[in-house]
Amino acid sequence: MASFPTTATVDDTRISGGDSDILPPVREGGGDDRPMAGSPDYATRLRRARLGLLVALTPVLMLFVSFTSAYVVRQGLPTLDPRTNTMVHDWIPVTLPKLLLLNTGVLLLSSVFMELARRQIKGRVASAPSASDISSGDQKLIPWLPMTVVLGLLFLFGQWTAWRQLGANGFYVSTTPSSSFVYLLTGTHAIHLMGGVLALLVAGVASLLHRSLKTRSIVVDISAWYWHFMAGLWIYILCLLEFAG
Amino acid sequence: MATHEFAAHESHAHAAPQGFIRKWVFSLDHKVIGLQYYFLALAAVFVGMFLSLLMRIHLIWPTVALPILGDIKPETYLTLVTMHGTIMVFFVLTTAPQGGFGNYFLPIQIGAPDMAFPVLNMLSFWTTFLGFIVMIAAFFVAGGAPLHGWTGYAPMSAVQSSGPGEGLGADLWIISIAIFCIGALMGALNFITTTLDMRAKGMTMMRMPLTVWAWFVTAILGLLAFGVLLSGGILLLMDRNLGTSFFVPLITMNGQLTGHRGGSPLLWQHLFWFFGHPEVYIAILPAMGMCSQLLSVFSRKPIFGYKAMVYAIMAIGFLGFMVWGHHMFMSGMSPYTAFAFSIMTMGIGVPSAIKTFNWLGTLWGGRIRFTSPMLFAIGFVSLFVSGGISGPFLAQPVLDIQLHDTYFVPGHFHLIMGVASIFGIFAATYYWFPKMFGRMMNESMARWHFWFSFIGTYAIFMPMHYLGMAGMPRRYSQMTEVAYLHDLVGLQKFITYAAFVTIAGQLIFLINLFWSMFKGPKASDNPWEATTLEWITATPPPHDNFGGHTPVVHNGPYEYSVPGQPRDYVMQTDPEIEPAH
Amino acid sequence: MGLVLLVVIWLITLISTYFFVAKTWWLPVGASAAAPAIDHHFTVTFILMGVVFVVAQLALGYAVWLYRDRGSSSAKVPYSHGNTTMEIVWTVLTTILFVGLNLASSSIWASERFRAAEANAVRVEVTGMQFAWYFRYPGADGKFGATKPELEDASAGGEAALGLDTKDPASKDDVVTGIMVVPVNREVEVILRAHDVIHSFFIPNMRFKQDAVPGLAIHMHFTPVQTGDYEILCAELCGLGHYKMHGILKVVSHEEFDKWLAAREAEKQ
Repeated sequence: MASFPTTATVDDTRISGGDSDILPPVREGGGDDRPMAGSPDYATRLRRARLGLLVALTPVLMLFVSFTSAYVVRQGLPTLDPRTNTMVHDWIPVTLPKLLLLNTGVLLLSSVFMELARRQIKGRVASAPSASDISSGDQKLIPWLPMTVVLGLLFLFGQWTAWRQLGANGFYVSTTPSSSFVYLLTGTHAIHLMGGVLALLVAGVASLLHRSLKTRSIVVDISAWYWHFMAGLWIYILCLLEFAG
Repeated sequence: MATHEFAAHESHAHAAPQGFIRKWVFSLDHKVIGLQYYFLALAAVFVGMFLSLLMRIHLIWPTVALPILGDIKPETYLTLVTMHGTIMVFFVLTTAPQGGFGNYFLPIQIGAPDMAFPVLNMLSFWTTFLGFIVMIAAFFVAGGAPLHGWTGYAPMSAVQSSGPGEGLGADLWIISIAIFCIGALMGALNFITTTLDMRAKGMTMMRMPLTVWAWFVTAILGLLAFGVLLSGGILLLMDRNLGTSFFVPLITMNGQLTGHRGGSPLLWQHLFWFFGHPEVYIAILPAMGMCSQLLSVFSRKPIFGYKAMVYAIMAIGFLGFMVWGHHMFMSGMSPYTAFAFSIMTMGIGVPSAIKTFNWLGTLWGGRIRFTSPMLFAIGFVSLFVSGGISGPFLAQPVLDIQLHDTYFVPGHFHLIMGVASIFGIFAATYYWFPKMFGRMMNESMARWHFWFSFIGTYAIFMPMHYLGMAGMPRRYSQMTEVAYLHDLVGLQKFITYAAFVTIAGQLIFLINLFWSMFKGPKASDNPWEATTLEWITATPPPHDNFGGHTPVVHNGPYEYSVPGQPRDYVMQTDPEIEPAH
Repeated sequence: MGLVLLVVIWLITLISTYFFVAKTWWLPVGASAAAPAIDHHFTVTFILMGVVFVVAQLALGYAVWLYRDRGSSSAKVPYSHGNTTMEIVWTVLTTILFVGLNLASSSIWASERFRAAEANAVRVEVTGMQFAWYFRYPGADGKFGATKPELEDASAGGEAALGLDTKDPASKDDVVTGIMVVPVNREVEVILRAHDVIHSFFIPNMRFKQDAVPGLAIHMHFTPVQTGDYEILCAELCGLGHYKMHGILKVVSHEEFDKWLAAREAEKQ
């Protein structure tokens, strides 16, 4: 073991890396639209943020795919009743409160408002002269964004009320597996939607702080796609609970 | 966090953050975050290793009081088993190769100034850190840490009265994993976006180093898998605390009805292993990438079959999602399903075999420099072969009847995903240390560390295969109760002694790491004469990685011994060489 | 260094392989009808994988020694990015090896798990609970009586541990024991249940293992072909007493079995 040759030690004479000719001396445009240091331009930031959102929605989707498979398995699989030595199902369908339909309408309307807000700010970015990038008074514009937030909060309140109605009808979280899933799916969706509301509030605060219009427009754009995803997700959850209950 | 040790770094960067807190604690710099992940994993690996040592001691001297823990209750051993597995899988094997080295080197290797979303990157580390704190806290609450194993099979994990440690300790265990999932998802989001959107000019996907490919595919696996684990964790918490019955049928615990009914214990196993099997590849893929890279660098040869390696990584990632059922052959799952899963599982052996073939092909005809990273890369190949060979035994349900839940299984997975992955981490540490800290590590200490680790690993885990064949079940805290296990105590003693020696050898690594950080000889910018982008920049790299420059890539990542070139390597940024043949 | 690596890798390979080939620690004696086929398939897999293991490790050791950096006397390094033909050949070969190996074992798996137990099999209900196995025989009527979770009393053992409902007429002749007795050369149908958490019914000598899952009654079968006492273990982590949850399987002649069962019935009256 004492005969290790020393080839492994770093021999300084062999080192030739790090020569100045390796680093390109000029920036050569910095890889098209992928600039290095400093702030990337608006188009790059928007594209990157949208890509990030698309990637971020994947685990959200996986979460609900997973819940769905649990739902199907739990509903379909009988278990042994030791008393009778037979396999039994224990799935009792829940009657969903009618209020959920109203909530759905509220959420869909908020999604429309959200889309209008997104187009509004996008139009302003397109028409804004680059010199006056800083946002100023928005007085003359219809406040789609605050209206979306209000409708979003209304939806969440509506969901909370629906929970109370369920409870009043005797369906609590542990009453039957189907009611467990109702609470689970609506609750998880509500938490995700709260994240969306929070993002919109951030956009609102950014407006108050006179942050760049472009930055705000990116936040609004991303929030809008997220919001539409949440609306679509809600339709899916409602269908699952209603038609596969 | 052990971040202050290397405060000696000079910052070359313009607009680099000033002040200790912004620079080393809540840093947005992917390099600092990478180091934070690395040192978190380092702390975790020593906790995990210490737990395994206590297990080994208790197993062969069941009546001896353990250091720190004192007298041993029957449940203590299972607590050690659970926490060893959980900490190692999540906070070491998932954290170090991906969060640590991936964070540090992925942006540099593709020529980007940082990750796509630096704030998210910082949050992802601190979320993971919080998860670790919550996990450790489970030791200190009433009842202690859970004892349901790292797989947390329901109903044991889903009912608080199933044993000591299944109260608050188990809740913290689940919450910690849920927090970890969220941190890992944020990390994965960053890795994928960065790889897709921030590559330097000329860095096409097929010019990316295999390390980047491995990190990228690992991130995709994490993105798809951790959400499912999170869903399982939420359902489990509801079963435990809200009285729902997702996983628990009508059962009695200690003579009492639990109030649950109708749930399916197998549902948990499906959700868990849908995550759990890809998790194996999350642990091993980055190590595969690193070792592919090192074998090429130190053989001074292009990697054998670059495209085949890329496709193999993708195939492993893809098939990794279709084989989870092979953990459940004996679980009561339909035997027809088991058969289908077993075919898929044998299929995943094919890309693994391709990789091994290519590693040998890379060495063949090379001019091998036995540096310490190379030793660990060669060790990795050997361990990967040894651990891989036992796979086809377990993948066949017929043989799994005998081997499932015996020591054959820990023998198999420790070699292939545990220690092989750790060897990848060691190799990467020795290889990239000069770039990260500006100093070289001590080669003699590194070699001693290698011999201790390599021989020690075989001495510990090869005998576990013999134990498994002889019918020794896993997770038995004592061998006193079952007659035929008495004959196996001798072999268990051998393993424990080997573990003592091997773990002692790891102290060499620890000393070398911290000693070299301050006292090691200064490293040049490219000490290994390697070609990828991290070696064109300063050592350690400036805040924006390339000091205001933008690398432009003209060549593939592994151009060594190119005929007609002045040196035996061509940097990725060198003028484009003639296409080969 | 190359030489040291070669020696170490080769030694590790040969020592590891020696203990496998010498069968120093090997599968316990097989005493069921399925054991020879399973063991044969194990041996086939073992030989094929063993060859791959030894060849790969020896090649690795040889390569690192042969192609070590010898300074100026080293041969020129060939500049090659690989060989697609070899990759394809290798891929096809390993696919055939792995999938073929699996298909070769499919008939054993089918006979173990795809078919139900024979009609004349001895039926034994096996129940796992923290931390004991209980065995129930249906008695002359061939029917298992009802059990009620409310009646379970693990500390009392026997029938009470299973919560047997003595009011059910079918339970009158049910025999509950702490050891499992079965006749030789006759198929045994086990019906696996668990009261609390998952346990796993493992009889190494019978090449038998199956989880007992709460909420399921899993039907399995095996045929003992040698008389004797065999260990039954729990192979799935079930709690703090997991390591001591074991039992005894007694395989006896038909006459002894009938005598034993009659004696248990008599005790009950």
